[in-house]
Amino acid sequence: MFPLAEKDKSIARLLFSTGTCPRCIFRFCGVDFHAPYRLPYKDLLRELENFLKTEDDDLSLEAAKPPLKKIRLQDEETQIDDQSQNGGEMIAIVKDENVIPEKPYLNACNICLGILQEFCEKKFIKKVCQKVESSGYEFTNLVFSVSFPPQLSVREHAAWLLVKQEMGKQGLSLGRDDIVQLKEAYKWISHPLFSEELGVPVDGKSLFEVSVIFAHPETDEDCHFLSTSCPDCFKPAKNKQSVFTRMAVVKALDKIKDDDFRKKFPCPPNLPKAFCSAVEIQCAHGAVFVAGRYNKYSRNLPQTPWIIDGERKLESSVEELISSQLLTVFKAESFNFSSSGREDVDVRTLGNGRPFAVELVNPRRVQFTSQDIKELQQKINISSDKIQVRDLQLVTREAIGHMKEGEEEKTKTYSALVWTDKAIQKKDIEFLDDLKDLQINQKTPLRVLHRRPLAIRVRIIHTMETHYIDEHHFRLHLKTQAGTYIKEFVHGDFGRTKPNIGSLMNGTADILELDVESVDVDWPPALDN
Amino acid sequence: MPPHSQECIRAAGVPPPDVKGKPCEDHCILQHSNRICVITLAESHPLLQNGKTIKSINYQISANCSRLQNKVSGKFKRGAQFLTELAPLCRISCSDGEEYTVSSCVRGRLMEVNENILDKPSILQEKPSTEGYIAVVLPKFEESKSITEGLLTQKEYEEIVVKRVNNRPETS
Repeated sequence: MFPLAEKDKSIARLLFSTGTCPRCIFRFCGVDFHAPYRLPYKDLLRELENFLKTEDDDLSLEAAKPPLKKIRLQDEETQIDDQSQNGGEMIAIVKDENVIPEKPYLNACNICLGILQEFCEKKFIKKVCQKVESSGYEFTNLVFSVSFPPQLSVREHAAWLLVKQEMGKQGLSLGRDDIVQLKEAYKWISHPLFSEELGVPVDGKSLFEVSVIFAHPETDEDCHFLSTSCPDCFKPAKNKQSVFTRMAVVKALDKIKDDDFRKKFPCPPNLPKAFCSAVEIQCAHGAVFVAGRYNKYSRNLPQTPWIIDGERKLESSVEELISSQLLTVFKAESFNFSSSGREDVDVRTLGNGRPFAVELVNPRRVQFTSQDIKELQQKINISSDKIQVRDLQLVTREAIGHMKEGEEEKTKTYSALVWTDKAIQKKDIEFLDDLKDLQINQKTPLRVLHRRPLAIRVRIIHTMETHYIDEHHFRLHLKTQAGTYIKEFVHGDFGRTKPNIGSLMNGTADILELDVESVDVDWPPALDN
Repeated sequence: MPPHSQECIRAAGVPPPDVKGKPCEDHCILQHSNRICVITLAESHPLLQNGKTIKSINYQISANCSRLQNKVSGKFKRGAQFLTELAPLCRISCSDGEEYTVSSCVRGRLMEVNENILDKPSILQEKPSTEGYIAVVLPKFEESKSITEGLLTQKEYEEIVVKRVNNRPETS
């Protein structure tokens, strides 16, 4: 059913005579239900013309049709605008007004510049969907984001002023909210078409985003007058981008007075020389997160790649051994590895391992069963004996918060092999077992002072347990507060960590080996590995 | 010598002997692979010989400058006092009336001076290469390699010390 009534005729006629498309006419007449917009353009054009026609109206309707100015016949195969225009005037001869031209979009609408003409119809949507499908992403829903050239806001504003004036003549008012927004109408039409073509629902919360950016060559031209009327709305252009951004234009339109606007910009908006074109069609998937715990069995493996002056100093790294497999399987663009603290190159991580999380950026594959993840875990574990992972699982973004909490708040336990300069007996180290919650002051260790601020850290050694080996060696187990430098607690770092094992024993001590025995964080949840 | 773990500070060198023309006042610079330098006294320094007692250590090196006032902030160590090779770090007075000035020997930002030796000067003599260090200096990244080039290796240093002993006139 045609959605316009008698009361809408004058507005519809006025807009149609200026070169406005049927769907934009609906918007300005406040048609706020979806169905009419979704009908094919051809049909809408025909029904509109019928609606506007009266018995003796044939001739006046003909006159009311806008002269066809410079027309750009849209090449239906290309999406990117070919900037060449037909030189000179071209008049299409319509012998019978009931003949619908073969190419119904002869004129770009003077308000939407084609957005609610061909760019919301099946053919265009299909083209977008083809690109989506060929990009190889896995998705169960999608969110569609679209961006229009800024001068659509200017033309919309001009049309609003025009219609407002016309309605004023009839004693009616027209607020901005009475008009259906262009983007809304566009989504009403395009969303069902996307769903139909791709077989998935459109969901605002989806991680998979399809985005289309439209542009129009006359943007700067159409918007230019705003920069003289409201100069403070426009910031100097960065790089080569236009100074007329959507936000700046909208801001200026809010400020400018009606009569000032009407002086500077044609009301009704003039016929554009060209249609919009879709300059960018892209899709991207939001990051997914994989967490787990890792053990480190090598004393020669850095956490992150160790490269100086383009030269790799040590082969591989914890993060590469874990993440590279994930990167491949998820077909992601890149990864970000984070863990609950970390250990030095020469320190092993034993026990339950250290929690970690890997962010996979723009993954193409996201559907994994828990069986798939188990196999992925096995794959990682087979690939290297330097690290092993457990409890591998998909998690949400909150994962990162858990990591940091673990790093800063939770206790760790260690095992150190200690050397002493003085010869010792068992009884000489027993006293260490009795020290509970020993407070130590650690100046920033010299070995990290080049990249950390100089400060004093107060830390707690909660418990210690010693195991005598021989006159110059014993094993020290300790449970400490997060952020304690263990090596410095043993050798004293030039007396800059006080007290230290050496000072406690009135001698000199050094650390030969260090292992992390446990990281006391109960996240991620343990799985039946 | 205790076996050290991977990250320890290794003795980088000794500045050409007799710093500032003073006989035997040798300093030893320990440099970490991250370019941080620790300024210490070399074994041959008069203060480390038998019979010397330290009376006091003073980090106030001029009316306007005390090394104890050195304040360093942030990762880039802003506000640090900048040192040249001959910049004095402290003056040490002995019970026999002798006074010695310890120099930086290294160009860079002063990180800290050792306050532990203020309370207990004997640490300087007991453990000159560890707890008795004088100061920590951070050279500029671009200069970090050239710093060691101007210093003597352990071997060269030892040869010089031997020469000195051989050249010493007979004393009673």
